[in-house]
Amino acid sequence: MTQMTRTSNPPLTTPITGGVGESPLRPDGALKVRGEFAYSSDLWADNMLWGVTLRTPHPYARIRSIDVGPALALPGVYAALTHEDVPGQNAYGLEHIDQPVLAVDVVRYQGEAVAIVAADHPETARRAAAAIVVDYEVLEPVDNAETAIFGEGVPKLHEGGNLVRYVPILFGDQDATAEVVVSGTYEVGMQDQAFLGPESGMAVPAEDGGVDLYVATQWLHVDQQQIAPALNLPQDKVRITLAGVGGAFGAREDLSMQVHACMLALHTNKPVKMVYTREESFFGHVHRHPAVMHYEHGADRDGKLVYVRAKMFLDGGAYASSTGAVVANAATLGVGPYNVPNVKIEGWGAYTNNPPCGAMRGFGAVQACFAYESQMDKLAEAIGVDPVEIRLRNALSEGSVMPTGQLVDSAAPVRELMERVRDKPMPPARTSEVDIRTMPGGASNTTHGEGVVRGVGYGVGIKNICFSEGFDDYSTARVRLEVIGGEPVAMVHTAAVEVGQGLVTLQAQIARTELGVQRVTIQPADTSVGSAGSTSASRQSYVTGGAVQSACAAVRAEVFDLARERFGVSDLALEGGKVVSASRGVLADLSDVLGDRAVEHTREYRHRPSFPIDPLTGQGNAHVQYGFAAHRAVVDVDVDLGLVRVVELACAQDVGKAMNPDAVIGQIQGGSAQGLGLAVMEEIQLSGAKIRNPSFTDYLIPTILDMPPMTIDVLELADPNAPYGLRGVGEPPTISSTPAIVAAIRDATKLALKRIPVRPEHITGT
Amino acid sequence: MDFIRPTSLAEALRAKAEVPEAVPIAGGTDVMVELNFDRRRPPALLDLNAVGEIAKWSEVDGRIRLGAAVPYVRVIDELGDRLPGLAMAARTVGSPQIRNRGTVGGNLAAASPAGDSHPPLLASDAVVEVASVRGTRTIPITEFYLGVKRSALEPDELITAVLLPPADGPQQFSKVGTRNAMVIAVCSFAVALHPASGTVGTGLGSAAPTPRRAPEAEDYIAGELSALWQSPAPLADSVLRRFGELVGAAAQPIDDVRGSAAYRRHALAVLARRTLGWAWHDYCEGRVTACA
Ligand SMILES: Cc1cc2nc3c(=O)[nH]c(=O)nc-3n(C[C@H](O)[C@H](O)[C@H](O)COP(=O)(O)OP(=O)(O)OC[C@H]3O[C@@H](n4cnc5c(N)ncnc54)[C@H](O)[C@@H]3O)c2cc1C
Repeated sequence: MTQMTRTSNPPLTTPITGGVGESPLRPDGALKVRGEFAYSSDLWADNMLWGVTLRTPHPYARIRSIDVGPALALPGVYAALTHEDVPGQNAYGLEHIDQPVLAVDVVRYQGEAVAIVAADHPETARRAAAAIVVDYEVLEPVDNAETAIFGEGVPKLHEGGNLVRYVPILFGDQDATAEVVVSGTYEVGMQDQAFLGPESGMAVPAEDGGVDLYVATQWLHVDQQQIAPALNLPQDKVRITLAGVGGAFGAREDLSMQVHACMLALHTNKPVKMVYTREESFFGHVHRHPAVMHYEHGADRDGKLVYVRAKMFLDGGAYASSTGAVVANAATLGVGPYNVPNVKIEGWGAYTNNPPCGAMRGFGAVQACFAYESQMDKLAEAIGVDPVEIRLRNALSEGSVMPTGQLVDSAAPVRELMERVRDKPMPPARTSEVDIRTMPGGASNTTHGEGVVRGVGYGVGIKNICFSEGFDDYSTARVRLEVIGGEPVAMVHTAAVEVGQGLVTLQAQIARTELGVQRVTIQPADTSVGSAGSTSASRQSYVTGGAVQSACAAVRAEVFDLARERFGVSDLALEGGKVVSASRGVLADLSDVLGDRAVEHTREYRHRPSFPIDPLTGQGNAHVQYGFAAHRAVVDVDVDLGLVRVVELACAQDVGKAMNPDAVIGQIQGGSAQGLGLAVMEEIQLSGAKIRNPSFTDYLIPTILDMPPMTIDVLELADPNAPYGLRGVGEPPTISSTPAIVAAIRDATKLALKRIPVRPEHITGT
Repeated sequence: MDFIRPTSLAEALRAKAEVPEAVPIAGGTDVMVELNFDRRRPPALLDLNAVGEIAKWSEVDGRIRLGAAVPYVRVIDELGDRLPGLAMAARTVGSPQIRNRGTVGGNLAAASPAGDSHPPLLASDAVVEVASVRGTRTIPITEFYLGVKRSALEPDELITAVLLPPADGPQQFSKVGTRNAMVIAVCSFAVALHPASGTVGTGLGSAAPTPRRAPEAEDYIAGELSALWQSPAPLADSVLRRFGELVGAAAQPIDDVRGSAAYRRHALAVLARRTLGWAWHDYCEGRVTACA
């Protein structure tokens, strides 16, 4: 059908070696460094069309009419579709099916998709979209979460009202009193995932009436589940292949252009490619929930926590996305990694007309951690002990009980993590020799030391690893072992999404370790194999790692059967491409034993079950595993200009088992940088529910000159429940770096700093 | 869209006269952004990259003639000693890639209040040399900026060079942004000491609809320094502060997504006081120029 098609990257086969616990090079590394890796925005089919989305400029408006006539009148335009053209159910969503594919009679946030266009040139498509006439009746937007739920006379944005989810956590005595009480209100601005590869993909109509979609996403099967009903197709006619993903961080968990591209492809019977522009991308995905959190901590004279009470409001924006789960995380993890006998936490997730919010690295735990860590510092001051000491006195440990009543039944080395970051040598004090690049303001030459004050701060956080609250969270792996070119080769096929974290490397490491082979091929991820679940919640090494391990084990067992028949021994192992007996040594080459047989097995892996929480008390074994990281931040603050330079970050994290030590370090550095961004610069600024800075000119993320050197301690305290004993790595470092940096800025400035990101104005008071 | 690529200045000026709507492109670091964002759809691009006359600098009659198309990286590498203020500003522009391509001419023509070249050009009394088929004229820098992204350039004119004296005293440039590199100025400030004339030049960026000087601050500090040029002595903190206040007062900033007006005014005062302090310190130490 097509002359030349670039849909995905070839299977990854490289002469790389290295098993579990080693740090082999990434199989996709050289391609990426050379610019040869095909990202989803590089997809190409010779006769393809370009799809473009028309978005509303209004955060809240009724649609009186839509006229696509002027778009269709332009030469080169093949289709201009509205809600009337959605073949199936005009709604999708991760937890609630509440978001229209294309708006019907109301738009609920600025940037909501109203119509889509396909044309033979992207420019033509853009002009055509702009030519569509939409008549709006503009309404006053609801832009505050608390008002949305409790305000009077506030419009209901959805049928059931503006509450997405309320989560109470009631533990111990709710009326407990304490000698020392500290309270505060904390605010978190809206952070963006700021991935570099914009939403993009290509839909190709198939002869069977179905569609093949190549797309950058985080979970192929949950996309499929949402796309098929919208297209009115059976799921097996919506086949999805992962295209190269340029970062995700949660922003690709929700659908963006998937249904739109498929609709246009099926309508025009041509391949349709869609690539969001950078500006559009800010409207094209969910963000981190902004939060307002009221906290009160009570403690005895020694600083031992007696109670924590909190009310937290998370703004979910116009559609639910994963707001429910985010609120549950914020609430269940709301006291942090501390022993607290009496807890009353209430979390609310609201619908507003702000941009929709959903998954982002840290997922509810980030917001809560900023609040409870700020409170711990306040408590330390009230008691008169240092910030590390207050945390040590209350540190959670294995055997502790969470406010949900859940027993912490594997390593929880909060104390050790704190002690480790505390005991790192301090970076050297400033000398009189000035290198402006190391100063607040950096290359911009704002200070030669004037106004610069150093501060030190600490933070420690807790994160649930894997999906919680009774979710059937599994992954599937197909592993095939056969002889190719005289050598045994393992092929691993999953639908697990590589977003840059190195899962493809890890899958090959596991296959090498389990099957004793060198050569491993990782098949492109697609929906021809069972679901792998989402690349989120720090879960893929755990769950897909577990699936690959068990599929390998099934393959190995069959090879052992063959060997047993032939050699009559059963103390077998696969090592270095050989079948080895413990008693008799090397028995044969693996390729000999396999002959021309291909041994293939598919396995699903489930972690131990989690359970729903009681909707009235929040009690229940909601979580599968907990991850912990601690940070110490050293900052220099120019107190006159309000500029901050993070001088050093020290981090200690328990990862259970460092499956790939270099990748672990990479996650800790990257996560810490993202937390740094939230601490001092990253915010989608809103005014009247409109985004004021949808660009990388004004949505700033840290550069290499903002990110300091790090010292990192990785602990490996095995979790007996997890494959290889591993503990999810990706999120914990994002969570604790933010409060550590803010605490350090407070230490330098003696300001309260209740809101993040901390802006220069907050420091200078202007 | 046509693409015109003249190989001499005369040819470029003829092309600009024939098609005044043609948009010149030097480094393209502003132009390409506008095209990509569909903010501008010119009928033609006039590529200046093959016009050798405007891609070099020279010293003429005691002044530096800096060709409009000389990229920032060359200003930094080759003119750091003679034009330290401009070189310091150039060092803060974007990233290495942007400094390899971006030019002072492009910065001037774009006339953004946030352009980093403007403050040091103002502080050094630069003159903009522009040309058309009608001839060449010079525009004093203070008369060049007319409004937000508007300049005194006529539709048929090209900027050929900026003319400015090599530093006769210490110069400084400083800019505030909310990250430590690759950032648009929230506000910026340049100062140039002119011991020969006993004057001090200033330039403010992102502080008003156009880049501007702070004349009252200049007059004030010239008065304070008049007795000190010959026998340099440290400046009282109160003098530096007063200078800063007058610079802050000269600003007419706005509230926007990058910062509040109040913050900008405050930060300009801080920058002014600090940069003057550094420049004066260098002068006292007998250093004519200074590069941080
Ligand atoms: C990522 C990024 C970061 C940036 N950071 C900064 C920064 O920190 N500070 C800063 O000041 N700027 C910054 N800029 C803006 C830009 O780089 C500068 O304004 C630069 O000086 C423009 O020079 P240029 O040669 O690339 O101009 P071009 O893009 O080629 O042209 C800019 C304008 O000038 C006109 N023009 C160019 N040459 C002439 C001429 N000889 N005669 C008449 N008109 C002419 C063009 O028609 C156009 O209107 C940044 C841009 C980007 C993309």
